[in-house]
Amino acid sequence: MTEELIIAGFGGQGVLSMGKILAYSAMMQDQEVSWMPSYGPEMRGGTANVTVILSDERISSPILNTFDTAIILNQQSMDKFEKSVKPGGLLLYDGNGITRHPEREDINIYRVDATDEAARIGMAKIFNMIVLGAYLKIKDNVKLENVVLGLKKSLPNRYHHMIPDNEKAIHRGLEIVRQIQTVN
Amino acid sequence: MKKELRLMKGNEAVGEAAIRVGADGYFGYPITTQSEVLEYLMSEKPHERTGMVVLQAESEVAAINMVYGAAGAGKMAITSSSSPGISLKQEGISYMAGAELPCVILNVVRGGPGLGTIQPGQADYFQAVKGGGHGDYKLITLAPSSVQEMYDFTILGFELAFKYRNPVMLLSDGAIGQMMEKVELTEQKERRTTEEIVKQCPWATTGKPKSRDHNIITSLELQSDKQEELNHKLQRKYKQVEEDEVRYETIQCEDAEYLIIAFGTSARIAQKAVKEAREQGIKMGLLRPITLFPFPKKKIMEMTQQVKGMLSVEMNAGQMVEDIRLAVNGKVPVEHFGRLGGNMPSSEEIIEQVRKHF
Repeated sequence: MTEELIIAGFGGQGVLSMGKILAYSAMMQDQEVSWMPSYGPEMRGGTANVTVILSDERISSPILNTFDTAIILNQQSMDKFEKSVKPGGLLLYDGNGITRHPEREDINIYRVDATDEAARIGMAKIFNMIVLGAYLKIKDNVKLENVVLGLKKSLPNRYHHMIPDNEKAIHRGLEIVRQIQTVN
Repeated sequence: MKKELRLMKGNEAVGEAAIRVGADGYFGYPITTQSEVLEYLMSEKPHERTGMVVLQAESEVAAINMVYGAAGAGKMAITSSSSPGISLKQEGISYMAGAELPCVILNVVRGGPGLGTIQPGQADYFQAVKGGGHGDYKLITLAPSSVQEMYDFTILGFELAFKYRNPVMLLSDGAIGQMMEKVELTEQKERRTTEEIVKQCPWATTGKPKSRDHNIITSLELQSDKQEELNHKLQRKYKQVEEDEVRYETIQCEDAEYLIIAFGTSARIAQKAVKEAREQGIKMGLLRPITLFPFPKKKIMEMTQQVKGMLSVEMNAGQMVEDIRLAVNGKVPVEHFGRLGGNMPSSEEIIEQVRKHF
């Protein structure tokens, strides 16, 4: 099985590191992975995105135009990537700052208000792990225990004391994700 | 033994491979698309791991000349840069080819010409495979298309460089340099001792014992007849490389009616195109040159008996396609599809081009 996804939002939201943790998690379950950041003359506060592919087979192109899953964390990314989700695919988004909600009728849509939740529990840094939790709830391709292993692998030792908080955030994401629309 | 796996950027993989193969020195100057090589090596403190020297030179020209000096003493040295920086190194590379010195040079290619863009490109193909600097010389040119191959070809590059006493170029691009993939690491090799270098590189300037004449490392020979003989010697070496070192990969070529030829990132995208084309009933195959010099021309000639047409997919305006046309010698139509300026082709575009041309 192959899962081709894009995670897109603002720089600083933890988009790239969330992709990295997901890639490491898939590695923990012996899958092939690729992680391809949007790469160019980006500036601070600008948009950031990363294409992640998790597969049981050798991965062909690391550069994609359409995705099984799009995780969208700001309006610019919604405008750019809603149309790139394959029919029957998944769009997961954070409602914060979204003025135009997804309109596609041929894809599965889920919403996780991770920005609000992170602010409520007073831990803005683990925002991306709430989103990751939501993703894990919808898709069962990556096992939770492998995500914890992935976290250990991808975080430098000096941050390992934060792993329990990250786990808690993932669980919050699992709980608060809401289904907006399903097509299959 | 349990495999040692790590998620790494292509650029970082080159740095780690250089440490693990037992390289003696890295000399480089930062430039975007490949600055992670130097950053990674600095953060790994290889001097503490193996005694390897890592130095940020004052310029690209200085870096390649430091490599020249190290190689002259039989040391394993590597440098890296991105397109404009590689252009600056050309004089030194030509000197190394002339003096028959081994080294590994990584070019993480960007869109050009000039300063161009920092996005990936493949427009340095001619520069890499036709010489690049002045004079009749060739670089053994390897084209990695994954992070694993960035690692593996750094090691292979040193092996070939010392086997033939010739610089080896790794022709990569911004996409492979920047993306992360799973890498299986090899065991740490010890750096060679002085005694081992003396034994393995009898030509190197390792200090003159009474038992032999001076070893002189130079690309200068003012007597035309002698210079001509040196040139013939180089040409014989390149011929030998063409006989023995051709490497390529074929994907679904067994029954292919249309052949895509692509290297590096383009080959990854083409691999997806092959899969999608076959779902649409088009029998497409992919030939991926791993060595760009020596070029897999025999295999390409062999494929003319089977396919109706060949499409060269490159991130340039048509460079490798010239070598394909020379190999094919008019037997089947050969077309080119290229994206320029840092853009990459898509699998849909590749299929559309095959439909359009053949």
